[in-house]
Amino acid sequence: MLTIATGNKAVAAAAKEAQPDVVAAYPITPQTEIVEQIATYAASGEMKCQYIPVESEHSAMAACIGASVAGARTFTATSSQGLLYMHEVVHWAAGARLPIVMANVNRALGPGWNVWAEHTDAFSQRDTGWLQVFASTVQEAYDTTLMAFRIAEHADVLLPVMVNLDGFTLSHIMQSLETVDVGDFIPEFSLPHMIDVDDPRGYGPLTAPADYYKFRWDMERSMRDSVRVISETEEEFAGRFGRRYGSTEDYFCEDADVILVAAGTLGKEAEVAVDLLRKEGIKVGSMRLRWFRPFPELDLRGREVVVIDRDYSFGCGGVLADSIKAKCGGEVYSVIAGLGGQEVTYDDLAEFVRSRRPGEEYWFGVNGNDV
Amino acid sequence: MMYEIRLHSRGGQGGVTAARLLAVAAFRDCKYATACPFYGAERRGAPVVSFVRISDEPIRVYSQIREPDLVVVLDASIMDVVDPLYGLKPGGTVLLNSTHEQGINDFRICTVDLTGIAISLDLIIAGSPILNTPVLGALAKLGIVSFDSVKDAISEAFADERNITAAERAYREMVV
Repeated sequence: MLTIATGNKAVAAAAKEAQPDVVAAYPITPQTEIVEQIATYAASGEMKCQYIPVESEHSAMAACIGASVAGARTFTATSSQGLLYMHEVVHWAAGARLPIVMANVNRALGPGWNVWAEHTDAFSQRDTGWLQVFASTVQEAYDTTLMAFRIAEHADVLLPVMVNLDGFTLSHIMQSLETVDVGDFIPEFSLPHMIDVDDPRGYGPLTAPADYYKFRWDMERSMRDSVRVISETEEEFAGRFGRRYGSTEDYFCEDADVILVAAGTLGKEAEVAVDLLRKEGIKVGSMRLRWFRPFPELDLRGREVVVIDRDYSFGCGGVLADSIKAKCGGEVYSVIAGLGGQEVTYDDLAEFVRSRRPGEEYWFGVNGNDV
Repeated sequence: MMYEIRLHSRGGQGGVTAARLLAVAAFRDCKYATACPFYGAERRGAPVVSFVRISDEPIRVYSQIREPDLVVVLDASIMDVVDPLYGLKPGGTVLLNSTHEQGINDFRICTVDLTGIAISLDLIIAGSPILNTPVLGALAKLGIVSFDSVKDAISEAFADERNITAAERAYREMVV
């Protein structure tokens, strides 16, 4: 059905379509609308799930972990400080190999107190073992949430997935949305290591040095396998529902000397900047980073790469710029822009490309920023 | 072509809802539309800005509207606090909620007494006249969206038929 909805409502609609057994969540700006909507679905019977209004984000994830290990399909949503508050159990969910799906509405971290878009909240969880994906439209937030369940629950993955959407810029924008009847695209959930009273096992026991690393390696092996599972899932999604995304969304990249890389809504607006710059004769393309974990295999050698980071790792650099320098080659010009919802337009993005200085880092809006 | 609309209002007047209903109406007209409020530390009475884009093509722009084609001012007193006309394209349109015609050079000024319409229909919530549904009638009069789609958008959101009456009156009474 074609309708018009906000990013938050789209995520809630996708969660409804995926039919989780348990949703445990705590509201936080700008994610609240997701939780409100799911609570409404649950109260009206439109969703058959057990909805648990918990007392904190840590409890939300803990409840999801308990439900998931009991064999339930689980969903939650959070943002920013809420995600940080659940951090300990975010690690646990991945280590316990529980395919929980979580929407994270990206928001800056305090202080100063700020409710607007930034990606540092998500990137601060990058080493937890969660798959992470960033949406750029209301439709993509919906489609990606649906795909997230299938990818997470795949026997070759069994890792949780975090679906990211920019606070306000995407969570609160209204755009057209085509909802689907997901049918058997998401197969029935069955956790191989679920609690079974007839076959008792230990969960979370002390794991000695001789064994611990094996579990870590197994997580990494599944993370690597997830590349194939993601690709197959996206392929089948495209076949069934007609929309295709990929690990990056490339726009005029083929013949480009310069590639503009960004995640989330800035990555979509970058296409407009590319249109402007192409008219000026600059051979530029944009690559919107969709999957952050697993990080896509990109070969950017021989090109200049303008990387927009809506995040920062203090004392080191932009998280995306660092990953691209380490893994993808290319002469990186690192731009730190959009922190705490800082306004960045396609004109600004175009100017970053025009005035690029590969090898350097530039903080947008900072005076005397020849850093 | 993309048509860009910036709505200025005060918290509680319904500017954010008006933007959303306008996007719904444009969607009903089979256009691409996005509506996004700029949220700050909202309080009743504080200045609020919302953005609506309408286009025949998919919309890839998320940043705020700097050079609108149309500015909607739901509360004329806001002009003492912010300049709602900043960046308005030359020859652009201003839709003003006002009891009297106002002359602002270089722009096409349209006035309609949305507050009066709301009060006369007793469309008042918590002491504030409801402006978000009547303003849609004025926007239809400007040809931004069709009136049929406005009616659809309003009736989908609100059961109270006075909202549609208010939109009809604004459609008729706006001075262009």
